[in-house]
Amino acid sequence: MFGGWGGGGVLTLCCSSSLKSAFFLFLPPADIISTVEFNHTGELLATGDKGGRVVIFQREPESKNEPYNQGEYNVYSTFQSHEPEFDYLKSLEIEEKINKIKWLPQQNAAHSLLSTNDKTIKLWKITERDKRPEGYNLKDEEGKLKDLSTVTSLQVPVLKPMDLMVEVTPRRIFANGHTYHVNSISVNSDCETYMSADDLRINLWHLAITDRSFNIVDIKPANMEDLTEVITASEFHPHHCNLFVYSSSKGSLRLCDMRASALCDKHSKLYEEPEDPSNRSFFSEIISSVSDVKFSHSGRYMLTRDYLTVKVWDLNMETKPVETYQVHDYLRSKLCSLYENDCIFDKFECAWNGSDSVIMTGAYNNFFRMFDRNTKRDVTLEASRESSKPRAILKPRRVCVGGKRRKDDISVDSLDFTKKILHTAWHPTENIIAIAATNNLYIFQDKVNSEMH
Amino acid sequence: MAVVLSLLLHGLLLSSMGEEEGLHQTQFLDTMFVRGLKRKCFDGEEDIEGTLAGIKAIPSYNLQRQSLLDMSLVKLQLCHMLVEPNLCRSVLIANTVRQIQEEMTQDGTWQMINTQSTGQASLDRLVSTDILCRSSRDQAEGKQGTAYGTLSKDFESDQAQDSSETISTASAVQAPRNLQSNVWEMESPQENKGNFQKSLDQIFETLENKSPNTVEDLFSEVDNSYYDLDTMLTGMMSNTKMGHCDSLETFSSPTNTASNSNCKSDLNDLDHIVEILVES
Repeated sequence: MFGGWGGGGVLTLCCSSSLKSAFFLFLPPADIISTVEFNHTGELLATGDKGGRVVIFQREPESKNEPYNQGEYNVYSTFQSHEPEFDYLKSLEIEEKINKIKWLPQQNAAHSLLSTNDKTIKLWKITERDKRPEGYNLKDEEGKLKDLSTVTSLQVPVLKPMDLMVEVTPRRIFANGHTYHVNSISVNSDCETYMSADDLRINLWHLAITDRSFNIVDIKPANMEDLTEVITASEFHPHHCNLFVYSSSKGSLRLCDMRASALCDKHSKLYEEPEDPSNRSFFSEIISSVSDVKFSHSGRYMLTRDYLTVKVWDLNMETKPVETYQVHDYLRSKLCSLYENDCIFDKFECAWNGSDSVIMTGAYNNFFRMFDRNTKRDVTLEASRESSKPRAILKPRRVCVGGKRRKDDISVDSLDFTKKILHTAWHPTENIIAIAATNNLYIFQDKVNSEMH
Repeated sequence: MAVVLSLLLHGLLLSSMGEEEGLHQTQFLDTMFVRGLKRKCFDGEEDIEGTLAGIKAIPSYNLQRQSLLDMSLVKLQLCHMLVEPNLCRSVLIANTVRQIQEEMTQDGTWQMINTQSTGQASLDRLVSTDILCRSSRDQAEGKQGTAYGTLSKDFESDQAQDSSETISTASAVQAPRNLQSNVWEMESPQENKGNFQKSLDQIFETLENKSPNTVEDLFSEVDNSYYDLDTMLTGMMSNTKMGHCDSLETFSSPTNTASNSNCKSDLNDLDHIVEILVES
């Protein structure tokens, strides 16, 4: 499973493999990638950045003529999704940074996605145009009205092929639904509704209605002085349209059933692991704060990421996770420094592979980690230009914590905490991953094991 | 009392330290916070040896805890200076501060301050900084011991007023404190932290020479709960983009006055320092 990850293709262990060039996207330094998301088929990959732009990549279809190009992602469309705004009432600037992008399931030739910044969610429709009508009777080629006296016969306009043009139009703008910062959006399996969550509230929207939303969770206390917990992430169940989960800054997960009541303040299930008294410190609560929650594709499990671990929860068991994986336990002794430089508040995301057998999450120093749930093996890989040269196989990295140090090991003290991989995404069916490292996007493939197992 | 004063002072020293030193301090903090040292060793049942070994760690633990508190308060203050604070981060930091305050209350550290505080007299901010700037004086062990002895007595009398819940922990602390005064005496000639020692001297002198009222002055604050944690949170929620000074002025004074005195005096000093930074 971990033998063959590499840049843009390849990665087999035998020499006679067909390797392809690695693929990078380098954005201007100001545009830090803030979210990455594959669509439901994996054909399209959307990224959002701090400047409010969305860049969509499309995978090249397999072609017998150029077998080396298969699977390469090229820029498909770029558009400005959100602009910086000014809230005049509060005298506050609203950042245009794209917090999340979620694709809608494709229902016709067009693709649709939701993108959100701190306050406003927008529905975008992406259409292709590769034909245009020619031979109008009343207008000439440039669109100017013809002199009627020159028109002697009637013709039927015909569609002629043209260069592919991708058009992106905003179809809905869901504004004024949130007082606090939106941290997640999730499309319901019913394909009609979606939810958006901010620090204290979760709203349910209908995709076609923009002037109204239903509040389904509200944890704002009557007295703000009593506020001790906020919502950090939320997601709809992949199959049951009535179920959703939201995570909190205290490390708990709440599964809610919308059939129970209109306001889902009372959870149906509360998932919480009791604190380990031997590991207790002043930072225990901060590192237990869940930064991301993802349902497995099967819908049976949930994956959560807190500062030092990723945990797999069984929906049927509320008392503790079924699996816990240490992402970078060597940081446990550095928590105070990480608190001082604010790194302890970094929100890492996590991802499942298509078959729910491997989970992935990012770390510091441009490292990202993968855990195989079946074999219990894990690997640390690095997303860097040096390690992602064409035809390069990613070399597993190791962080040494003192003691024996092998060659190429990195010591904990020389980790670069400014290089953090917060956003990662896994192709829904194949072993292709997208890693956002600050302002660089890396796409890695595992050609050896391109089918999930 | 001496412990508290030293904590206060050390907190001030840390805040005014340069970045390099601050980081150095943090690395030290890291080792202390590895496993969240708790003062379990102050359980009265443990033998003296174990307690003594634990005692040597106490000043460090308390100092580090104080540093963490100071750091957190500064972070919370900075929150107000941002355009729109990250609510999750603010809540987590506020919870950390609460945790420290709770532990300090249990230790009795907080309790002592509370009984001293009248909440009436104005805080003479310059007193603390004045102490730091004063020239060093000769330190007599006896003087130190006397001052400490006086303070211990105060603590004992205060202790009687404690609620039943805190008595067990307070009495457990009492025994170590006597030992601690010995530790201070033993260590003072060996300590090379010149500033620290000098300032301690000055504080003890202040305590001895001046009336008890002054001591209270030292620990009371200007505005009620000027930097009260809850106020901060409230202010944060309804806050618009404000300059540093503006945001401070809009804080209302809530009725809650308990258990924040030490925090406030620290904050006032921090505020003083921050003001200097802002003005420069």
